[in-house]
Amino acid sequence: MAEGLGWWGVPLAIVAGTMRGGTPFLFVSLGECLTEKSGKINLGLEGTLLTGAMTAYGTSYLTGSPWLGILAAGLAGLVLGSIHGWLSQQYRVNDVAVGIAMIIFGSGIAFFFGKPFIQPSAPQLPTLNLAGSAVSPAVEAALQISPLFLLGIALAPLMTWFFKSTRWGLYVRAVGDSPDAARAMGVSIFKVRMLSIMAGSFLAGIGGAALSLYYPGVWTERISSGQGLMAVALVIFARWNPIMCLWASLLFGGAQALGPALQSVGIKQGYYLFNAAPYVLTLLIMILTCSPKRTLAGVPGALGIDN
Amino acid sequence: MTTVSSLTPALHLDHPPDLQVNGMTKRFGSLVALENLSMRLKPGSFHALLGENGAGKSTLVKCVMGFYQPTAGEVLIDGHSAQISNPRDAHRYGIGMVYQHFTSVPAMTVAENLVLSRFGGGGVINWKAELEELQAFMSSSPFQVPLETPIAQLAAGQKQKLEILKQIYLHSRILILDEPTSVLTPAEADEVLGLLRQQVSAGELSVLMISHKFREVTAFADEITVLRKGKFAGSGQVSQLTVADMAEMMMGEQKTPTPVQKNSQPNAVPVLEVRQLSAQKDNGTAAVSGLDLTVYSGEIVGIAGISGNGQRELVEVLAGQRVASAGEVWVNGEQYNATRAEMYRHQVFSLPEEPLRNACVGHMSVAENMALRTFDRPPQAKGILLILQAIRQTAVGLISQFSVKTPSPETPVQNLSGGNVQRAVLARELSAEQIKLLIAANPCFGLDFAAVDFIHTQILNARNRGVAVLLVSEDLDELLKLSDRLIVISGGQFTYQSPTATAEYTAIGHAMAGH
Ligand SMILES: Nc1ncnc2c1ncn2[C@@H]1O[C@H](COP(=O)(O)OP(=O)(O)OP(=O)(O)O)[C@@H](O)[C@H]1O
Ligand SMILES: [Mg+2]
Repeated sequence: MAEGLGWWGVPLAIVAGTMRGGTPFLFVSLGECLTEKSGKINLGLEGTLLTGAMTAYGTSYLTGSPWLGILAAGLAGLVLGSIHGWLSQQYRVNDVAVGIAMIIFGSGIAFFFGKPFIQPSAPQLPTLNLAGSAVSPAVEAALQISPLFLLGIALAPLMTWFFKSTRWGLYVRAVGDSPDAARAMGVSIFKVRMLSIMAGSFLAGIGGAALSLYYPGVWTERISSGQGLMAVALVIFARWNPIMCLWASLLFGGAQALGPALQSVGIKQGYYLFNAAPYVLTLLIMILTCSPKRTLAGVPGALGIDN
Repeated sequence: MTTVSSLTPALHLDHPPDLQVNGMTKRFGSLVALENLSMRLKPGSFHALLGENGAGKSTLVKCVMGFYQPTAGEVLIDGHSAQISNPRDAHRYGIGMVYQHFTSVPAMTVAENLVLSRFGGGGVINWKAELEELQAFMSSSPFQVPLETPIAQLAAGQKQKLEILKQIYLHSRILILDEPTSVLTPAEADEVLGLLRQQVSAGELSVLMISHKFREVTAFADEITVLRKGKFAGSGQVSQLTVADMAEMMMGEQKTPTPVQKNSQPNAVPVLEVRQLSAQKDNGTAAVSGLDLTVYSGEIVGIAGISGNGQRELVEVLAGQRVASAGEVWVNGEQYNATRAEMYRHQVFSLPEEPLRNACVGHMSVAENMALRTFDRPPQAKGILLILQAIRQTAVGLISQFSVKTPSPETPVQNLSGGNVQRAVLARELSAEQIKLLIAANPCFGLDFAAVDFIHTQILNARNRGVAVLLVSEDLDELLKLSDRLIVISGGQFTYQSPTATAEYTAIGHAMAGH
């Protein structure tokens, strides 16, 4: 994309990649943030992401409307979320175990129903042109941004506001931090977690739509490459704070673009190494942010504790 | 959630209703925690609920609140059967409860907790208006708690005040208090209970209080109801009962406290030496700094202080739960880092506060928890295999020796009543053949008087056997009774040291307050 610009192409490609690659991260991590704030972990968002990508692509192909595709992806996520929400709250059931099962289930569903959509090309989401017409076509191509990206950016402060200034937000935080306290206040823990998990999965489904209808904009079985799982790590890195999720998603999206960007200016060695940047980043972040001396600020108190 | 608005009108009752409990029974699996219990809380009275640890007091009030669903029985409000299926319903009848364990959300601020506790209300919170209103409420309320502080940063006493404030904020007319004063200093307890007593006398409030402290019962309550092993064991007017009568109702037999007997320890050697120890709180600020402390064999050193002055961090460092930021700990003349091997070699045992959190694995069984110190060596282990039979046998022995009330050794320890969790941990920590050092923090928190007596006797016996004991407690009476030397900690520093025999009460009070 950045040919012809020489070395300038590298930062440009990274900016573009940040916006493109960051979008699915953003949706999945906000979804996971909401889920974890209620005290449950949903590793299954990896599966949800794939199902969302497939559903969006399929719906867009069949109906001709990418917007319907996005909606369908969200609804597919909602269904998977309700399964996770119900299963993970049964007596003596562990949410991490259910999550792993849901990864397999979600990807299975996606691969099974997605087979017929691998070849045909579905209508893509329209994009907004950030740059004026005066710039070179390369720059223009790089700065195409998706309304989904803007939606994601708006969602982060909205979620912060939700946690702080709505009664429902307080319920979610209370249930996630101290279920006993919530129960004493007459809040139904089951309902709050169920709805949080479903809403979180809805967002992750849309994250999937961003993959198949925006960037890379195709449907293949390897499309998510573990982004759903990385989003879980990202939420920890972001300290369960939606705004921080936004920055972290951009960082991860940028890191993903590093490999292709360097390749485009002719740096061939270490291509795979640069492609591993997001994974290395995940590990590094985990190492840097854990310390036996401090408890993690912001971690929901009941996270990962069975019932 | 939609029914909320229809429930709110009942909120502002002017007078407390009449509360009756009829034939209440609660079973947890095969365990009968409460059996056919009836009682009445008259409007405008201060009623105390007494009973040993595990008698079923908390279970009873949780059934009334709708926190638990009773197996049988009903609640009558003003003579009418009331359907209370969750705490929200109870609130509708004007009943509010302060639970034995804090029920504020630690990560939220005081203001957020208050707003959250207000059942119902609009979906969006207007923080500006809310804060103004809360400020007004706070300034007119009997005690103050800073509104913008997260709960996690409040001291225990402040948290408890907040729990009570919450109920005042909610206009509760029947206030159920489950051991409200176990985290307060005697002065704070008198202040809080005195203010509630005033409201009761004015006919604005009824109080049902669970307590193990006879002093408070005689000073504030009008009536008592006593539970024993889940059943009704007696009731009466406080004015017509002596403390001995109440104790007899609770235990079903007369019991006098075991006298304190200390022998002299001729060859005392230093066991625990703390040198220039500093440690930080979770948020990175200094908790204790530059502490020097020596505990000799056959001696109990008491550390007094108001909670939140660094005691917890000090104990955590000694127990290996926290890394010291500076300084050294020596045990038996060797440097000590609280590794499992060192604990075993030096025979160091500890009884931390909140044992369920700090010394137990909640969902593991009582037997497994009792084996946490010994499961990895014979006779409980052979090579890498555990001998479950031996683990079980040891547990059965300890359960009877320390009279831990548990349905079976296989019951998860988190299902035991508070007092029995404490006993289970004490059994584990005091069972070893030759203990050298015992570190105990608030060992009698929330225990009934028989259990307190039992634990005090065990600690004294250990001392008389030559164990060095470091006793950290917020209960000054306990320290004056047990310890040989008394140290006061305030603001992370030792502000007073004296042999207990010559310690001055007023000087201790001053030092605790940080003067
Ligand atoms: N959730 C539960 N599951 C199983 N058993 C329980 C549960 N809660 C309480 N019990 C059991 O019921 C009995 C009564 O417990 P309860 O907590 O009511 O005692 P208590 O009188 O409040 O004692 P304490 O003074 O120690 O607080 C105990 O034997 C306890 O082990
Ligand atoms: Mg109790």
